[in-house]
Amino acid sequence: MILEVRGLTLRFGGIRALDGVDFGIGQGELAGIIGPNGSGKTTLFNAITGIYRPDRGSIEMSEEEITGLPPHEITRRGIARTFQNIRLFRDLTVVDNVRIAHHPHVRYGPADALFRTGAFYREERRTREQVEEYLTIFSLQDRRKELARNLPYGDQRKLEIARALASCPRVLLLDEPAAGMNPSEVGTLMEFILGIRKRFSLTVLLIEHQMRLVMGICERLIVMDFGQVIARGLPAEIRKDPKVIEAYLGKPVGGVRGNKSCDR
Amino acid sequence: MNLLKNIAKAVLPFAVLSGLLLFLSAREILNPYWVQILQLACIVAVSALGLNLIYGFTGLFSLGHAAFYGVGAYTAALLTKLYVGAYGDEALLATGAVFLGSLFAGGFAAALLACLVGLPTLRLTSDYLGIATLGFGVIMKVLFDNADSIVPQLGGARGMTGIARMTGIPWAVAALVAAVLVIRNLVHSTYGRALVAIREDEVAAAAMGVDTFRYKLIGFTAGCAFAGVAGGLYAHLYTFLHPSTFDFLKSFDVLMIVVLGGLGNISGTLVASFAWVFLLEGMRVALPPEYIEFRWVLIPLLLIVTMLVRPRGLFGVREFPFLRSKVYR
Repeated sequence: MILEVRGLTLRFGGIRALDGVDFGIGQGELAGIIGPNGSGKTTLFNAITGIYRPDRGSIEMSEEEITGLPPHEITRRGIARTFQNIRLFRDLTVVDNVRIAHHPHVRYGPADALFRTGAFYREERRTREQVEEYLTIFSLQDRRKELARNLPYGDQRKLEIARALASCPRVLLLDEPAAGMNPSEVGTLMEFILGIRKRFSLTVLLIEHQMRLVMGICERLIVMDFGQVIARGLPAEIRKDPKVIEAYLGKPVGGVRGNKSCDR
Repeated sequence: MNLLKNIAKAVLPFAVLSGLLLFLSAREILNPYWVQILQLACIVAVSALGLNLIYGFTGLFSLGHAAFYGVGAYTAALLTKLYVGAYGDEALLATGAVFLGSLFAGGFAAALLACLVGLPTLRLTSDYLGIATLGFGVIMKVLFDNADSIVPQLGGARGMTGIARMTGIPWAVAALVAAVLVIRNLVHSTYGRALVAIREDEVAAAAMGVDTFRYKLIGFTAGCAFAGVAGGLYAHLYTFLHPSTFDFLKSFDVLMIVVLGGLGNISGTLVASFAWVFLLEGMRVALPPEYIEFRWVLIPLLLIVTMLVRPRGLFGVREFPFLRSKVYR
């Protein structure tokens, strides 16, 4: 298990946003988290990445306890993420967005920067080569000098993934990567996620509502409802699980279906 | 080799600028009054560059800049005064060694205080930080007013007198060149990018591995150190310090310069600092004496017009060529 979550509980006042969440993800796996709105999926991501501090439970990354660490420490231990509502550095260029994510891996000190030593130029050039590599993978190289805010929506989503990759993660958390994409864009994105997983030997955990993507590429699914994991397993099993169907569609009431007042 | 080249690159603009100004003043093309104003403009620019680092680059809304400027001024002035008082001879002071030391001490004192103030307050965001630093500015003004009850030499509300006149064109120009180089090299490095990332989106910056609190503290402390050094130069230019110079309202002057020049824009801050000082003084000459206070009507009007015409500051995102990043065209 590269990422192991045990009994994770997080309360906001009287609400249990996460209520004893347990799951583990193996090295190289591509797993999906699904669940109705408000079931705690994004909260789970925020707890894993240190934005929220869980009240109880533990998170382990490669056997190392990371519960309660600040976000930048968690990133340095190899977990990167994207955000549901895109959090790019909007007024910075595409290049700068990706370069910032390389920050933990830049090896020169403040004095090197102030006096522009050889180490400074060497490292800046190395960073630049890395950044170009990520931009090429995402076909963003022709937009490198554009401000992130001026990119079309699809490219903004791509740039966010590129930025996450630039922090050299082992585990990548994608929060609704396909939100607002049309079917053909979703198709490209699916290939994309599979491609980068292979190329960077990543473990991917994604939250998604688009069933085509979830059923198409996820090897394993975790279903959440009211802050709890209600089911886990292969996509084909999940599809038939009565608990999952109930969480999404509700229980049929007393065998009566349809609306009585609309007599046909 | 690289280091020597860099030193040469720093010394050259200093030598050219101060040489030119010294020549102009020796030939009396510039009268002593304007020479003094020029030095003041350099000093104001150093302080404004510091605030630009804090507010423009890191996005920390600070309204306490004048207080840090004051801390630097009083610290440096007290040190040179104590030195002259203790040793009587001004020989070493005249060589500038003691003066240089006192400037560094002024910068250090401001930085130390900024660090202490920053530790609790930098957890606040945007407007709340502004109010906290404003409060700090008010406290410092009261402290300056009553400083003579702790250290008599500081003069308190009557002002501090008898400061050696040490600041000259070379000093002011050197400080400005150094400040510009430091801020330029910092901004175009991974450290500067971390600061800018915090300004753009603190949560995303943290998720990218930036230790946001640490960098906010570094940005704030470094910016205040600039103010401290500028304050030390100011004290030894006018040889008289009064608490009203470091009133919290004076923080808005620097803030206006930074906003006018463009947040996160070095060129803009430089031009705006000089324009600010020269406009204020120029109007003193141009306006008839009975209308002199109209300066404080015209300047805000100018600010309003600039903000309407150029909302991102005089320069927007453009920089002078020597201030651009070389690594990424």
